[in-house]
Amino acid sequence: MSVLAADPVVAADTPRRQRRGQGGLGWYALSRTLSAAATLVFVVVFNFFLFRVLPGDPIALYTRGRNVDRERLAELRRALNRPLTEQFWSYIQNPFSQAIDSTRFSRPVWDVIGDRVWPTLLLLGVSTSLAAGIGIWLGIRSAWERGRRFDRVSTGVTLTLYAMPEFWLGMLLLIVLSTGVGFFPGIFPSGGVSSPGIDVFSIAGVLDLAWHLALPALTLTLAYLAEYSLVMRSSLVDEMSQDYLTTARAKGLTDRLVRRRHAVPNAMLPTISLIFLNIGFVVSGAITVETVFSWPGLGQLSYEAIRGPDVALLQAIFLLFSLAVVVANLLADLLVAAMDPRVRQ
Amino acid sequence: MSRAGGSPEMSPSGSLGGRSQRTLARTRRRASRRRFLAGFLAQRSGVAGLAVLGLFAVLALLAPLLFDSSQLDVTRATGAGLEAPSGEFWLGTDENGRPVLALVVWGARVSLVVGLTATLISMVIGTLVGIGSAHFRGWFGGLLERITDWFLVIPFLPLAIVLATVLGQSLVTIIAVIGLTSWPGTARLVRAQTLAVEARPYLERAKVLGGGDWHQMTRHVLPNVMPLVLANTTLTVAIAILSETTLSFLGLGDPFRISWGTMLDNAFSNGAISSGAWWYLLSPGLCVVAVVLAFTLVGRALEVVLDPRRTSS
Repeated sequence: MSVLAADPVVAADTPRRQRRGQGGLGWYALSRTLSAAATLVFVVVFNFFLFRVLPGDPIALYTRGRNVDRERLAELRRALNRPLTEQFWSYIQNPFSQAIDSTRFSRPVWDVIGDRVWPTLLLLGVSTSLAAGIGIWLGIRSAWERGRRFDRVSTGVTLTLYAMPEFWLGMLLLIVLSTGVGFFPGIFPSGGVSSPGIDVFSIAGVLDLAWHLALPALTLTLAYLAEYSLVMRSSLVDEMSQDYLTTARAKGLTDRLVRRRHAVPNAMLPTISLIFLNIGFVVSGAITVETVFSWPGLGQLSYEAIRGPDVALLQAIFLLFSLAVVVANLLADLLVAAMDPRVRQ
Repeated sequence: MSRAGGSPEMSPSGSLGGRSQRTLARTRRRASRRRFLAGFLAQRSGVAGLAVLGLFAVLALLAPLLFDSSQLDVTRATGAGLEAPSGEFWLGTDENGRPVLALVVWGARVSLVVGLTATLISMVIGTLVGIGSAHFRGWFGGLLERITDWFLVIPFLPLAIVLATVLGQSLVTIIAVIGLTSWPGTARLVRAQTLAVEARPYLERAKVLGGGDWHQMTRHVLPNVMPLVLANTTLTVAIAILSETTLSFLGLGDPFRISWGTMLDNAFSNGAISSGAWWYLLSPGLCVVAVVLAFTLVGRALEVVLDPRRTSS
């Protein structure tokens, strides 16, 4: 949606860009990268001050509900009384240094996060690819059969999926297929990434992993699928009234060829950039769904950090997620520019 | 969002007296309202959505009459913990033996209030920033545009979590957090629309006649942007209600008020899944789905009616 809405904005400042000539992909890439870097600086500074403008005693927030000995409190207070620049420096180092401990795990933040990255990448990778594939297929088919039964059913289902809190869907799947309700046998594990004491690198281990992955991946696939399908459908519907499709048909191409060679490649653009722009949404899904399925990834880690609250850990995770989103946005911009010369003019 | 098309008809009203001009405007407005209503009623899914919303609004308003607030008191609960649906408890009971039906009806109040208020905040900020960034061409507009872009990039849920952690748990916090994090999309949309409106000739006329920035923005740009904001609002309410559910589920909601999100949180943390208490999960979730879907359907119907590109002759 935002991709479509942005078009008039781009159109408005074309004269300035045109004077520079057809800058080409290089210039465009450079300017996008610089702007992404500026965004990143903003996020880093914002994140720093967010925790320092809060009302009340920060120590109370850091140690909420826990008994902390006097020396530790004095140490925390000393840390907060340092000059702002010094605090900023240690904040910048936080996610990358061995020195700062997470209050919950009593281990360096860096270490804690490092363990959790892979499960999240696996889960999000699998579910995003499945969701994009199925969603695009659904979108193409419902746009092509617009107004007919398939379209009505598919649009209805995707809108309903879109309206569901993904963790609720996850809990329902869990209660039906893992605990077992009525006739349904509980055939899936209730959580975790693998059964205890199994070698992850053996064939049995891989199968066990897939068995554990099935429900969380299914939940996220269903949750993500809706948006891809809706965007693909609407961009293909826009494309279908174009003259070049009439031309293609007039040449005598079959309906399937018109769709595959002419309409779909043009309609793919917004969907492809959506796959990257959606990372923020994907991350949100991961936080709750990983919690429901006890999937030991970054999402579940954020849940644990909130319940603490473990401020150092929370800040580092926020920074990491923001970094991922900024990089994904940059990739989306570059990819679309590479595929569509109109964008980079 | 075609920028050239659909500029409002400029009737040669100079020769007409002030009063007849006003009558003219009133007739035109009434006609366009009727056209809008007919267009909306033609969309069956939008009407269905509106009906569902009406039902939930009535339930939320009548909650104190339907279920006495003593039913929400943990100490006066009559049922056993996690009892399955029965004649006495139509939707079963929660972990404290309170009837789920009463909780769901009372929860509608918080969920709807949070959704609507947060959306209001988000709309006001989004509209102001959007119009401002498009109207002022200098450094000020540029700055607003940059800020919008930055906020657009920050992932919503992590930001909301950080804000809610920092501000503490309360209803006001959760409203503020959702309102303050969900405006950039609206700002982007309003900005694009404002640019399109400002390129039209009648704005030039207003400028030549000496209309200031304030006059231009409030009298000419805002009325033209409002329909779009309206359609966007209904879609934003849907997202705000989902956000409330998610944040409450993560334990960031007001612990002393019942909303659909806090119910799901309680169900999850009190082992409703492992004990197979599907009724405790099903009803609040279904309510969220129904309300969010209803807002989405109404929003989509509004978009179709208000989009000049899609008006079929």
